[in-house]
Amino acid sequence: MADTNSRDLFPGALEMMILESLRRQPAHGYALVQHIQQRSNNLLQVEEGSLYPALQRLLKAKLVKAEWGLSSTNRRVRTYQITASGLRRLEQQISSFERMFQGISLVLDPGEARTS
Amino acid sequence: MNWIPQIFRRRKLYNELSEEIRLHIEERTEQLMREGMSATEAEQTARRAFGNRTLLEERSREVWQWPTLESIGADVRFALRQFRRSPGFAFAAIVTLALAIGANAVVFAVLNGFFLRPLNVPQGQSLYAIQRGNDPYIVQSYPDYLDLRDRNRSFDGLAAYTISQAGIVTGNDPSHAWLYQVSGNYFDALGIHPYMGRLIHASDEHGPNSAPYIVLSYAYWHSHFHDDRGVVGRSVLLNKHPFTVLGVSPPEFRGTLLIFSPDFFVPMVNSEQIDGESFLNARGTRWVFEVLGHLKPGVTQAQATADLDSVGSYLEKTYPRDDTQSTFSLVRPGLHGDFVAPAVRAFLAGLMVLAGLILLAACANLGSLFAARAADRGREVALRLALGSTRTRILRQLLTEALLISLAGGAAGLVASVMLLRRLSAWQAFPQFPMNIPVRPDATVYLFALLLALVSGLLFGIVPVRQVFKSNPYEIVKAGSSARIGRKLTVRDLLLVLQVAICGVLVTSSMVAVRGLARSLHTNFGFEPQDTLLVNTNLAMAGYPPDKMPAMQKRMMNAMQTIPGVTSVGLVDIPPLHMGWNPSYVFSNRATDMRPPNAEGQAIEYRISPEYLQAAKTVLLAGRNFSWHDDANAPRVAVVNREFARKFFANRSQAVGANFKITDGTLLQVVGIVEDGKYTANLAEDPQPAMFLPLGQFPTGGTCLVVRSGRDPQQLVAAVRSTLRDLDPGLPAFIQTWNEEMNGALFASRMATASLGVLGVMGAMLSITGIFGMAAFSVGKRLRELGIRIALGAQRKEVLYAALGRAFKLLAIGSAAGLALGLHARTRLHRLPGNATRPAGPCRRGGDDGLTGCGGDLDSSATRAFGQSSSSAARRLKQQGFPVNR
Repeated sequence: MADTNSRDLFPGALEMMILESLRRQPAHGYALVQHIQQRSNNLLQVEEGSLYPALQRLLKAKLVKAEWGLSSTNRRVRTYQITASGLRRLEQQISSFERMFQGISLVLDPGEARTS
Repeated sequence: MNWIPQIFRRRKLYNELSEEIRLHIEERTEQLMREGMSATEAEQTARRAFGNRTLLEERSREVWQWPTLESIGADVRFALRQFRRSPGFAFAAIVTLALAIGANAVVFAVLNGFFLRPLNVPQGQSLYAIQRGNDPYIVQSYPDYLDLRDRNRSFDGLAAYTISQAGIVTGNDPSHAWLYQVSGNYFDALGIHPYMGRLIHASDEHGPNSAPYIVLSYAYWHSHFHDDRGVVGRSVLLNKHPFTVLGVSPPEFRGTLLIFSPDFFVPMVNSEQIDGESFLNARGTRWVFEVLGHLKPGVTQAQATADLDSVGSYLEKTYPRDDTQSTFSLVRPGLHGDFVAPAVRAFLAGLMVLAGLILLAACANLGSLFAARAADRGREVALRLALGSTRTRILRQLLTEALLISLAGGAAGLVASVMLLRRLSAWQAFPQFPMNIPVRPDATVYLFALLLALVSGLLFGIVPVRQVFKSNPYEIVKAGSSARIGRKLTVRDLLLVLQVAICGVLVTSSMVAVRGLARSLHTNFGFEPQDTLLVNTNLAMAGYPPDKMPAMQKRMMNAMQTIPGVTSVGLVDIPPLHMGWNPSYVFSNRATDMRPPNAEGQAIEYRISPEYLQAAKTVLLAGRNFSWHDDANAPRVAVVNREFARKFFANRSQAVGANFKITDGTLLQVVGIVEDGKYTANLAEDPQPAMFLPLGQFPTGGTCLVVRSGRDPQQLVAAVRSTLRDLDPGLPAFIQTWNEEMNGALFASRMATASLGVLGVMGAMLSITGIFGMAAFSVGKRLRELGIRIALGAQRKEVLYAALGRAFKLLAIGSAAGLALGLHARTRLHRLPGNATRPAGPCRRGGDDGLTGCGGDLDSSATRAFGQSSSSAARRLKQQGFPVNR
C-alpha cells in the first residue's frame, strides 16, 4: 500500500515528527498538525488527514497512548501521549535519521562535509 | 498475539477515529471562521485541508486489520450484494460454469481413473506388466511365465492371471460367472490381504489340478453369499468340479484389469477344470492374459527390461521353435498394456480437448457478460474512482466477483460430476459380466476442478480490465455511461466470434457422430436381429468332454424347436457383433509352412450348425448351405462371405469349389457364399472376410442358440429356460434378445457418441446464451440512440440492422469458422475409437500378431481379449498360429 500520507516525506518521517512533538507535550490531532506546520515554518505541507493513519499505527505499536478529555479551550478532544517505548523508538529513529542525513549531506556536498 | 481482543475492540476504535476526525474538521472550521471566513467557506476549506476523509479513514482502519484479507472480505460481501441485486445474471453464470467445469471434471476423473492413478493395490505405482517386444498383445504362455518368474532379478515376485468363465453351483441353480485364474503367488506378489479366511498362496500349488481352491471377490460374496461368514471351507461346484472356498478378497481390490472385475479367483494350475483343456505345458500357446509384478525398490524400468531381455535370449536359445524374438518391455497394467490403452487414451484425450473447449467457450461467454456488466456499471466505477478508490481496488472487486462466480460454479459442477461419477462407477453396463469402472473421484479430481474454477474465473474476470483502466471517471460522470459506437473490433466481439466458432466445432462434430451412429444402426448386419433370442452357454462349463458336445448341441436345438412359436433354431459358437470373435489365418491351398507370416490374410471364423444361416436370416448368394452330412467323415468344407471370396479368390464365380487351408493345415473347399455382414464389435468396420465352418467337422463347446420366433422373443425366455433345465440342470446359460446382445457390442460407439452428443448440446446452449447476451447488451446500450433514430424517422428495417447487424455479422463469421473447423475436426474424430462416424474401418493393427479384429476401441479390444480368453483354449492355440488337432 503506497504511503500517500507521507507524500513528499520519507517513510517514517511523519511518525518521527509526531513522536517528537508528543515528547515535548501531549496533544490532540489538530494541535499536532498545527504544531508541526508551525515548527517547520510551513515548509512541510502535511495533508492534515494523513496524520490519522500515522497516529493509528503508533497507537497499534503502543508507542503512544490516547485518552479522551477536554482541551484548554474546553473542546472534547482525544489527547495523545508518548509512552516509554515511544521514547525509546524516538531516540533510535533520531539517531538513525541523523546518520542518514549526514550520509546524504556528504554525498550532496562532499567538500563541505570533509572540512566540517 | 493480541489480534483476538482487537477484533472485538475494533468497532469502538473505528467509531473513536471517526469522531476524532469529525472533531478535527470542526475545530479547523471554527478556527477559519474566527479568521473571518463564512461558515460554508470555512467548512469547505477545512475539508480540503484535511484531504480525502474516506480514504484516510480506511487507511487508518487498515492499521488494525489484516488489510488484504479484510478488504477481500469486504469485496466478497459487496459482490454478494451485487449478485443479490441481479440474481438472474448470477444464476446463469453459475449454471454455465457448473456445466463446463462439471464436464471437465467428469472427463478428467475418467482419465485419472484409467491412466493417472495406478491400480488399486499397495505400491501400485511400481506395478508393471510384461509385454513381448513391441507386440501390443501381451499374452504369455505358462512355461514362459514360469521362466520369467524364476529367472528375472528385477521383480518382487511376478504374478500371472487370465480371465475365464465358468458355471458355478453354490446351491441349487447353476449360474454363470467370470473368474481370474491366478498364479499361486498372485495375491502375495500384489500385496493383497484377505478380507476373510485366507487367499491363495504359492505353497498351494502342487502340479496340475492340485489346488481346487476358490477365493471369492467381496462383491460376489456380498451378492451371491449374502455376506455369509460361514462360507469359508464350504465346497462349491465349478464346471461340476468341487472347489473349496478359502476366503474373500478385500472390497477395494477388484482385480488387476480396469473395467472388468472377476467374481472370484481360482489357481491357474487347475485350468484344465475351468477351460476343459490344459495348456500348462504348451510353451507355444500364449494364453496367460497378463504377467505383472512390482519392480524391486531401486530397479529402473530400463534395468528391468534388460534383465527380462536376458531371460528372453535364454528362451530364444533354448526353445527356438516357440520363443522367437523374445524381447520384452514394461507397460502399465490395468488396460492390458499397449493393446487397449493407446486407443482409450486417444479417445479420452480427444474428449478432454473437447471439454476444455467447452470451458473456454463458457469463459468467453462469461467474459463478455462481465465486460458488459462492467460497462453497465461504468458510472459506479467512475464514481468510485472519482471518490478516490484506486483502480487496483476496483479491479480486485471485479475479480472477486468473477472468482466468486467461478468458485460457486466449480462447486456446483463438482457436486454434479461427483454424483454422476458415483453412478458411473457403480454402473453395470452389461448384464453379461461384472464391471469395474474406477472413476470414483479423488483428491486429484477435486484439485483439478478447483484449479479449473480459479483459472476460468481469472480468465473471464480479466476481460473487463482494460475497460476499467481506460475509463475516464470525469467523462463518464458527466456524460452518463459512454455509448460510443465504434467500428472498431472490441474484445467482446472477438470473444463472441471465438465462442461461436468453438461451439460450431462442438455441434458439428457431435452431429456428425450422432448421425453416423444412427446411420450405422440401419445398415445391413448380414443377419436379422429382430424377433430373435440368443441362448449363450458353453458346454465346457458344464463339464462336457469335446466328443460329447455335438450330440448335446443337437439335442438342445431339437428341444428349442419344440417350443410353440419358434420358427427356426440355429447354432453358432460366437454370434457376430458379439464382444469377442475368432480371427483365423487363411493360407493358400498349396501352403505347407503354416506360420503366420506365410498366411494370405485373416478371416473371422464361425462354427455353425446347418440351420444357422436360416435362423439368422443370412442370405446365401451362391453354392449350397451345410447339411448334417458334412461331418467328420466327409471332406472338409466351408461357406465364406463375399468379401472372403473377393479377397482370396478374385471373384465370386471362381470361389465356389475353390480350396484354401487353415492354420492346422486342413484343406477346405468352399461350397457356398453368403452376404457380407458386420462381425466385430464395431458397426463401422470395413467389410471383413468371414468363413463359416460346419459344426459336424469342427466341434466346439461355444454354444449360442439362435432362436427365431414369430412373436416377441421376450415371451419365450421362460419356456427356453425350462427347456434347458430339462436337458441339463447344471448348464448355466445367458438368455437375451439379439438386439440386447448387440447393445453390449455397441457400447463403446454409444458411449463415444453419447459423450460427444452431450458436449455438443452444451456447446449449442453456450452459444445461444452467449449470442443472446451479446445482442441484449448491445441493444440495451444503444437504446437511446435507437430511440432517437426512430424519432427521426428511421425505418424499422434500418433500426433492426443498426441494432443487430453487427451481431449477425459476428455470428456469421464465427459460425463459418466453427463449421470449417468442425468439418476439419471430423477427420480427426474419425480416428477416435469406437466412433461410429468413421467412414473407413478401424485402425488395422498388427496383421501378424495373431489377431485381426481391431476395433481399436477400449471396449471391443478389451472384450475381444476377454472373449478370446474365454473361448475354448483350442481356439487360442489356433489364434496364435499353432497347429492343433481337434
